[in-house]
Amino acid sequence: MAFEGLADRLQSTIKKMTGKGKVSEQDVKVMAREVRLALLEADVNFKVVKEFVNKIRERAVGSEVMESLTPGQQVIKIVKEELTALMGGEQSKIAVADRPPTVIMMIGLQGAGKTTTTGKLANLLRKKHNRKPLLVAADIYRPAAIDQLKTVGKQLNIPVFEKGTEANPVDIANEAIEYAKAEHLDYVIIDTAGRLHVDTDLMDELNQIKTSVTPDEIFLVVDAMTGQDAVNVAENFDQQLNVTGVVLTKLDGDTRGGAALSIKAVTNKPIKFIGMGEKLDQLEDFHPERMASRILGMGDVLTLIEKAEATIDEKKAKELEEKMRSASFDFDDFLEQMEQVKSMGPLDELLGMLPGANKMKGLKNVQLDDKQLVHVEAIIKSMTKQERQDPNLMNSSRKRRIAKGSGRPIAEVNRLIKQFNEMRKMMKQMSGMQGGKKGKRRKGFNFPMM
Amino acid sequence: MSFFKKLKEKFSSTSENKQSSEKYQSGLEKTRQSFSSKLNDLMARYRKVDEDFFEELEEVLISADVGVNTVMELVEELEMEVKRQNIKESDQLKEVISEKLVAIYMDENESIPTLNIQEDELSVILFVGVNGVGKTTTIGKLAYKLKQEGKKVMLVAGDTFRAGAIEQLDVWGERVGVEVIKQSSGSDPAAVVYDGIQAAKSRGADVLICDTAGRLQNKVNLMNELSKVNRVIEREIPGAPHEVLLVLDATTGQNALSQAKVFSEATNVSGIVLTKLDGTAKGGIVLAIRKELNIPVKLVGLGEQMTDLQVFDPNAFVYGLFSDLIDAEAD
Ligand SMILES: Nc1nc2c(ncn2[C@@H]2O[C@H](COP(=O)(O)OP(=O)(O)OP(=O)(O)O)[C@@H](O)[C@H]2O)c(=O)[nH]1
Ligand SMILES: Nc1nc2c(ncn2[C@@H]2O[C@H](COP(=O)(O)OP(=O)(O)OP(=O)(O)O)[C@@H](O)[C@H]2O)c(=O)[nH]1
Ligand SMILES: [Mg+2]
Ligand SMILES: [Mg+2]
Repeated sequence: MAFEGLADRLQSTIKKMTGKGKVSEQDVKVMAREVRLALLEADVNFKVVKEFVNKIRERAVGSEVMESLTPGQQVIKIVKEELTALMGGEQSKIAVADRPPTVIMMIGLQGAGKTTTTGKLANLLRKKHNRKPLLVAADIYRPAAIDQLKTVGKQLNIPVFEKGTEANPVDIANEAIEYAKAEHLDYVIIDTAGRLHVDTDLMDELNQIKTSVTPDEIFLVVDAMTGQDAVNVAENFDQQLNVTGVVLTKLDGDTRGGAALSIKAVTNKPIKFIGMGEKLDQLEDFHPERMASRILGMGDVLTLIEKAEATIDEKKAKELEEKMRSASFDFDDFLEQMEQVKSMGPLDELLGMLPGANKMKGLKNVQLDDKQLVHVEAIIKSMTKQERQDPNLMNSSRKRRIAKGSGRPIAEVNRLIKQFNEMRKMMKQMSGMQGGKKGKRRKGFNFPMM
Repeated sequence: MSFFKKLKEKFSSTSENKQSSEKYQSGLEKTRQSFSSKLNDLMARYRKVDEDFFEELEEVLISADVGVNTVMELVEELEMEVKRQNIKESDQLKEVISEKLVAIYMDENESIPTLNIQEDELSVILFVGVNGVGKTTTIGKLAYKLKQEGKKVMLVAGDTFRAGAIEQLDVWGERVGVEVIKQSSGSDPAAVVYDGIQAAKSRGADVLICDTAGRLQNKVNLMNELSKVNRVIEREIPGAPHEVLLVLDATTGQNALSQAKVFSEATNVSGIVLTKLDGTAKGGIVLAIRKELNIPVKLVGLGEQMTDLQVFDPNAFVYGLFSDLIDAEAD
């Protein structure tokens, strides 16, 4: 991926913030700028970005962020909430006409993926909804457009209606509907030629088809890699034809797909489906939340944050921090922290959700085995209360007993104690460095032993 | 002499320049108007050069899909320039802005990039790019153009995957009147291209143009397949492919930069064809691609007809983008 995501950006921004104990308005401004850049890099239209960032800034100046221990995550959370709200609910439904056939018109710019999506939709209607669709070849302009649709029809074993390249697209569409009625086919999907939204003649043609066949759905097909111009395209097609939904194609690529947000913002029409490949079964329902994460380039970091929020409350985190600073952190705390992390889900899954985690040096060789955690737990639980609270008590006979009690080799017990002591030493140093900053710079969570 | 005057003079010096300028003017009508009028509008609204001014300038550039990094760097440079020259009013900045933008694209004495076509031996041109950008159409247009120039051209249908791809190239071959070498759908593209080369050699063709299936750059297998096609060409003819043209859709945003990077790793991309510039998109990402990867745009697609292909003239492109500004300044 070409750009770092918002999570990485905010993280490095926060690292740069000088510890003042509190997030200042200037800090919020800096963070807002990062949000702006991330969205622009995802191709969200600049006007949409502007409005959006203003909203974020207003909310961020409030206590939510400024009082938080983890301002970066709070900002991401706000961004995510607003973004998901803007993106709307899930609406991957297709209309059903009172009297069949239901007519769907596919429209869009050249090369967006209309013909392919026509085939995919028919496939979906038949497979998922048990319908009998008809494909209509109304693109008389592009060389071999009819051949293409016919091949798609053959691959799917779904009928294709065509009248060659000499017939008028309006007539083709009309006759196709008559044909569908006669053949008892209940969906008619019309594949139209790609055209520019500023081509008045061809836009007129679409309007004539629309008037003539009164479609139940008009799907605007948009390439997910579209840049700033997505708003012009969507706005124009929508104003002239009043589209009922959007299909976003080529999302199997590595584009952030900010166009999705732009289109939703200017047309307020639902994104119904996404194209996830060239094959005819690669059409998926649209999930606003996933799209939000993708635009921000943060993998599933949002899910991760939610999990963390649900399991680690801030009060406990503060207590823990206090302990770290006074170096009174003991095996019980260690166990508790481990438990919290564990309750968030399998470790390697958690790490997989962290953007860039796979790139982190050192992490590669760490065995993210949940079994290991169980062993650590067993070892700690075999310690006496005193031993847990005062690790200095450990001697070789105690270690032997612990090994026996937990059923783990003595070497493993030794390693754990060593690691724990090192961790404690590190904490002491860290809190010494941070002085009175109350750990504002602390990242979300500390995985034990890593 | 002012920068604008220089550009204008350079521009009107030959009739050929004038001609291509006119084509650009009409082709880029929408692009040009909205871009330079936006810039003019910005100047009119902000007398003073301040933070808000720069933010809006960023937006004007970003709205043309100029890469975000490129824009940020450019604006930073401008901010420094403003400090250095103690510029206070936006008017004074007009020329500096255009100068900086132009400088990304043009060296002082840069000539129009031409296609590397050999005089007395077979030249092979390989077309690559993501799905639906206009590879096959551009091949049809280029075949027409080269044929007009008196070359014997042959096409090879290297897209054996997409429904109707071979038929589409066939129609173009018929339209232009050039032979198309093909196999059945689903066959190995490298084998088809190999066939094409043998046929072109034995029939004494001047130029062989290879179509390939559209592929997204993150599909490792498909990129490997493309490298294989490229290797076959390299092996069969020393020095070939003479051009690897990456086709980019002007509507594409930031992802075009990643396309350029990854396709350059799989093949030796020698130039870019920027298609669909007859729409309202600006294709500004080619500025970022030029800046970061130094790949020149060689051809421009301005429509779906056979004749809608232009040689990319950076002078004309820049002049087209800024002609309002330039004319106003230089007169
Ligand atoms: N990777 C990927 N490719 C897609 C997807 N949808 C369509 N394509 C490809 O995009 C290219 C263009 O698709 P078409 O269906 O021909 O597009 P169109 O809108 O009908 O094009 P015109 O009729 O010329 O306007 C083809 O190579 C398709 O295989 C998708 O979701 N993912
Ligand atoms: N307006 C406009 N349309 C273009 C231009 N170039 C190509 N097209 C159209 O874009 C659509 C896709 O063009 P193709 O040549 O099939 O694209 P491709 O890259 O070969 O597509 P795949 O092989 O499916 O990856 C067709 O409808 C073309 O007519 C252009 O410069 N302007
Ligand atoms: Mg089509
Ligand atoms: Mg093609």
